[in-house]
Amino acid sequence: MSVDLTQFIPSFLEESFEGLELMESSLLNLEQGDDETINSIFRAAHSIKGGAGTFGFNHVTEFTHLVETLLDEMRDGRRNIEADDVELLLESVDCMRLLIEAIRDERECDSEKIAENSKRLEEALAASGSVMSEALTINADDAPTDNSSDIARWQIKFIPEHHLVQTGNDPLLLFNALADLGKVSLEANTKELPTLNDIDAEELYLSWQLTLHSNASEADIREVFEWVEDECELIITKEVQDQPLEAVTEAVTVVNTLEGSSQNEQADLTPPIEAHFAEPTPKNNTDKPVSKSKNDLGSIRVGVDKVDSLINLVGELVITQSMLSELGSDFDLSKVERLNAGLEQLLQNTKELQESVMRIRMLPISFAFNRFPRLVHDLSKKTGKEIELILKGEQTELDKTVMEQIGDPLVHLVRNAVDHGIEPAQVRLAHGKPEKGTIVLDAYHQGGSIVIEISDDGGGIDRQAVFNKALEKGLVDEKTTLTDSQVFDLLFEPGFSTAKEVSDISGRGVGMDVVKKNIQSLGGRIQVESEQGKGSTFRVNLPLTLAILDGQLVRVGKEVYIIPLITIVESLQPQKELINRVSGDMLLYRLREDNVPVIPIYQLFNIPCEFEHIESCLLVVVEADGQKIGLMVDDLLAQQQVVIKSLNDNYQQVQGVSGATILGDGSVAMILDVAGIIEMALTKAQINQQHQSSVQSQITRSISAGVNA
Amino acid sequence: MTKILVVDDSNSIRDMVSFTLKSAGYETVEAKDGQEGLSKAQAGAFDLVISDVNMPNMDGIALCEELRKLPAFKFTPILMLTTESSGDMKMRGKAAGATGWLVKPFNPEKLLATIKRVVR
Repeated sequence: MSVDLTQFIPSFLEESFEGLELMESSLLNLEQGDDETINSIFRAAHSIKGGAGTFGFNHVTEFTHLVETLLDEMRDGRRNIEADDVELLLESVDCMRLLIEAIRDERECDSEKIAENSKRLEEALAASGSVMSEALTINADDAPTDNSSDIARWQIKFIPEHHLVQTGNDPLLLFNALADLGKVSLEANTKELPTLNDIDAEELYLSWQLTLHSNASEADIREVFEWVEDECELIITKEVQDQPLEAVTEAVTVVNTLEGSSQNEQADLTPPIEAHFAEPTPKNNTDKPVSKSKNDLGSIRVGVDKVDSLINLVGELVITQSMLSELGSDFDLSKVERLNAGLEQLLQNTKELQESVMRIRMLPISFAFNRFPRLVHDLSKKTGKEIELILKGEQTELDKTVMEQIGDPLVHLVRNAVDHGIEPAQVRLAHGKPEKGTIVLDAYHQGGSIVIEISDDGGGIDRQAVFNKALEKGLVDEKTTLTDSQVFDLLFEPGFSTAKEVSDISGRGVGMDVVKKNIQSLGGRIQVESEQGKGSTFRVNLPLTLAILDGQLVRVGKEVYIIPLITIVESLQPQKELINRVSGDMLLYRLREDNVPVIPIYQLFNIPCEFEHIESCLLVVVEADGQKIGLMVDDLLAQQQVVIKSLNDNYQQVQGVSGATILGDGSVAMILDVAGIIEMALTKAQINQQHQSSVQSQITRSISAGVNA
Repeated sequence: MTKILVVDDSNSIRDMVSFTLKSAGYETVEAKDGQEGLSKAQAGAFDLVISDVNMPNMDGIALCEELRKLPAFKFTPILMLTTESSGDMKMRGKAAGATGWLVKPFNPEKLLATIKRVVR
């Protein structure tokens, strides 16, 4: 019987990471005498150690054992909870994470750091005088069985105490286990058996003399009796000469008698002993190799309540369906009203079902927030600033994919808040603020999106410094007047950093532009509010989910396309006098102070259309990456939520199209990728430029620069 | 069919134990802590209980004591999964009414060989 243990490793890894997270957050909140917290930290370490040992990751077991020992001392009150120890434990948690990540990624990990950390743990333990000699049993069954010895004859005298069966032990099963080691014969001693009237059916009155022919060692035999050795007298002796096997029939008869008698007396009691010696060989019916998929598809843990509500809704759907099909089997016009009611119900069911299914992908944002207490703790140590982190709205739910991708941008924003936002203590005191800085992470729902706010009560953004820097970089000229928010938006320009000196925490000038890009790629946006001397707030707006999109349906010829609503600036009927025909097939539309390049969708996808001339078309002005373009369409249709289907999965990547969806009438509609279309137009303009450079350069410039033509 | 209650707060260990037992033809019911273990035990009869010691809500020792108070579990074998091979832990288990113990780490073969001492 062999079981492939590797199939349990992903689950072990997952719970180890959870355990480490728990250890970390609890360590950060640990206070003297907080037994429950220290217990839960200990339990987490203990589970990781146990799992690691079982699945053969001995280096993790060894390292975790040290951590556990230290925690055990704290738990038993043998060691005070000092800041140094907590720091050491936090670093040890990092090491454990490294070790486990190395297992996950199937690579070696930085053993130097681990060794250094184990040494410090050992020193800490040695200082407290804890005995480290306690050997760690890595594999209990490593002891080699002595196969060299010949088959010997063992005499085993087994005299159990009367209450033995009340601990759940059953001598017969022990003998069965013994029979695995070799041939067993036995003789039961019945002389302690009281008369029928005095028998207590819950007691055991027999003792046995066993003979075992086996090459097993005495330790092997003792192991069988391991659980009962305190409740019996056990004498094991080895005989030299071999004798023929004795029959067991006699003993069986005796046992049978006992069984009969106890059943007579107390029929509802399961007889503790049964007489059959057949070896219980369990069936290996599922003993097939289980293929383990290497590529991790990811898994979600879903609350039972969510699954229950799904099942409930499916139930209702089934009811509606059966009602409708009953209606359909015998339909006449008098039942139209009922049909309508049924369809209405179906709509309701479907909507609710959709919402419930979407909820499955939703996780509380605490998953993303969890890492921040530690981050702020470490950063505040590094910078010497005292900072309190307040987390709010941790239960706000967010799509798993969005959550995974928002982590890094948030880390960057929090780092910035610590490094640039919060002032050093003396500056704070001089400004009459509390010495301790505060950073607040908040999340809440607003309409169809989720808002995450990172605010600090630091010095705020120096508007003039940002403006000067922008001047220096040539992003603005002196005469430009900008609103506050326009100035702050400059922070997200590539290579922009106002930090006077580059620290190792943040301020290398890479980052804020990446933060913005990441957020935009999730279909979100970021805004800054700041007041000098009072602090800043970075507000991130994200769509609740990536699987559903609010779209504007547009028609070109016979095709329907979907433009993501979030990208649309406005839709308008072009006025003749505002159209600029710069060259043969390039159009610019004057939209207030902007010149917006016009892209006819029919040309882009090479399809027939109803109106070829811009005057008779509608123009949808869309924006991506700060660049506006006008999409020429025949007609605007409805606005609706669409479920995004990946083109990659079903067909292949198509430039200018981000996905597809299925409309109410069953037809497929493409979802336009606005950023992609802009890029296509840009490339096209560049190619044209190479051919007719003089005429086209103006357009290319206006497309590239985007604004202020 | 022999029915076994597996109580452990660690998913991976619980899965491993349960899978091993199932592939050997036993029927298993799982619980993630002592509390859940106790309520599942009250709801059905079992031929064997295998329980971890260190668990939130109710630990294995307390579970063992509670189970022994139930008439249906008076003779049911209860095995504790422990990491400590020290005599102290074994004594605590015994005092609570445990039948025996399995020292972690153990492999599936060892698990199956060992439980044969208490179930058929």
